[in-house]
Amino acid sequence: MTQDLKKTQFERRIIFLTLFIVVTLPLIFPLGLKTEITPLVQNAYDMIETAPDSSRIIISFDYDPSTITELQPMAQAIIEHCWRRGHKVIATALWPQGASMADAAFSFVIENGYKDKQYGVDYVNLGYKPGGTVTLQALGRDFQTIFPSDMKGTPISEIPAMQGIAKLGDIDAVMSLSAGDPGLMAWIMVASDKYKVKVSGGTTAISAPGFLTYVNKNQQLIGLLGGLKAASEYEKLIGVKGKATVNMDAQSVAHVLILVFITIGNIKAFRIRRKTRNAQMN
Amino acid sequence: MLQFMNVFGIWLGVFFTFSIFSFLYKDNPFYKLSEQIFVGLSAGYWFIYTIYYVMIPNLFSKLIGDFNANAILLIPGFLGLLMLLRIIPKLQWISRYPLSLVIATTAGVSIVLSLQTNIMQQITATMFNPFAAETTSQMIGGLLLIIGTICGIYFFYFSKKQEGLSAIPSKIGIWFLMLSFGASFGYTVMARISLLIGRLDFLLKDWLHLIK
Repeated sequence: MTQDLKKTQFERRIIFLTLFIVVTLPLIFPLGLKTEITPLVQNAYDMIETAPDSSRIIISFDYDPSTITELQPMAQAIIEHCWRRGHKVIATALWPQGASMADAAFSFVIENGYKDKQYGVDYVNLGYKPGGTVTLQALGRDFQTIFPSDMKGTPISEIPAMQGIAKLGDIDAVMSLSAGDPGLMAWIMVASDKYKVKVSGGTTAISAPGFLTYVNKNQQLIGLLGGLKAASEYEKLIGVKGKATVNMDAQSVAHVLILVFITIGNIKAFRIRRKTRNAQMN
Repeated sequence: MLQFMNVFGIWLGVFFTFSIFSFLYKDNPFYKLSEQIFVGLSAGYWFIYTIYYVMIPNLFSKLIGDFNANAILLIPGFLGLLMLLRIIPKLQWISRYPLSLVIATTAGVSIVLSLQTNIMQQITATMFNPFAAETTSQMIGGLLLIIGTICGIYFFYFSKKQEGLSAIPSKIGIWFLMLSFGASFGYTVMARISLLIGRLDFLLKDWLHLIK
């Protein structure tokens, strides 16, 4: 192993260790950094806020535990917002473990001030359905064929929250929390563009840039929550200091550190290049 | 017993978290062990999940409950069985038939939807008068959107050599592309740090009880 390579690997480990420490400290000692609301999150919030009372909102849990840091705070904040406005929440999942994520999110919100909410009346978990876009297309024709019963096996005709919903078009709005495919894209294609249902959603930060083009004048997507930052903004909008708000301190500090590392790396690369050029000239 | 299992589960989580993190120092047996267990566990979980949450409710329960009304489900059930023939080398060619059906159906459904969502709607979304905007920032945003779209697409026009004046829109297009790559990188960093925060949150909260 050359001396340079050894040095690079040593530096790499210093970066990891520094990042580890810098992210840990704000989690133990929160800094209380402020979060500004962006129009993307405001639009998503307004979609729920301005929906008529007792609207039926689908929250699609299209993710699994690997992305709960970013998406679970969004789910909890959106459920709480829906219930405050008196909306009925219908949970669906295009990912197998999404149904469990929905149960966990409902339980969390119920434990934190919404013990009066009744399963079947204020919310329902319809569970996972495979098929992505094809399934959603079928949902547009007949809801009951795709979801004849909820997770517990109760026929949807006997669930009060599902009364009057025959097809996807009867839903007032859709919020897809998506970590990949199938997910938000399928909802945009089918619910928004085909059946003209209002669609908004939240994604992991890594997926967010790909969805920004759908927030346009045609309103293919009404706002977008991208990553932990957007989750903290949503928490701020509903006046809750939740997990995302606390974790954003660590996120912000880590970003500053990475900017410092990028600057140091560029200065170092510039100096090496100049040194090499000088050596070649001599 | 339940309490013991909870604590045991947390310690297992801690062990695997540190084993995976140990790769940052260098490759080692703990990392390899964790990686293999993760792959095996995921495969097992998916297998059981598919049986209990896909096969049983969507096929077996319906066939047992009312066979005559659901007899048509025998067709996808049979195609599914054909798919499993991949594990028999001499018969694996048969699995291409159900596979081709799945691909054709998905393509058929997706082409129309994709055309509508990713081409028609996206093109019409850029057809507006930016000077009719309510605020100056909206007007600038609208202009940038139109210029960025046209120049970005022009960059991918390869039928004519781009030189002289015709190279200018292409260069502007590159700038827009670079900016979008930069934004994507920023979001990627954010996502990776979020994953680290998630793990540290688990260690500090569930294991060490240092935070609430």
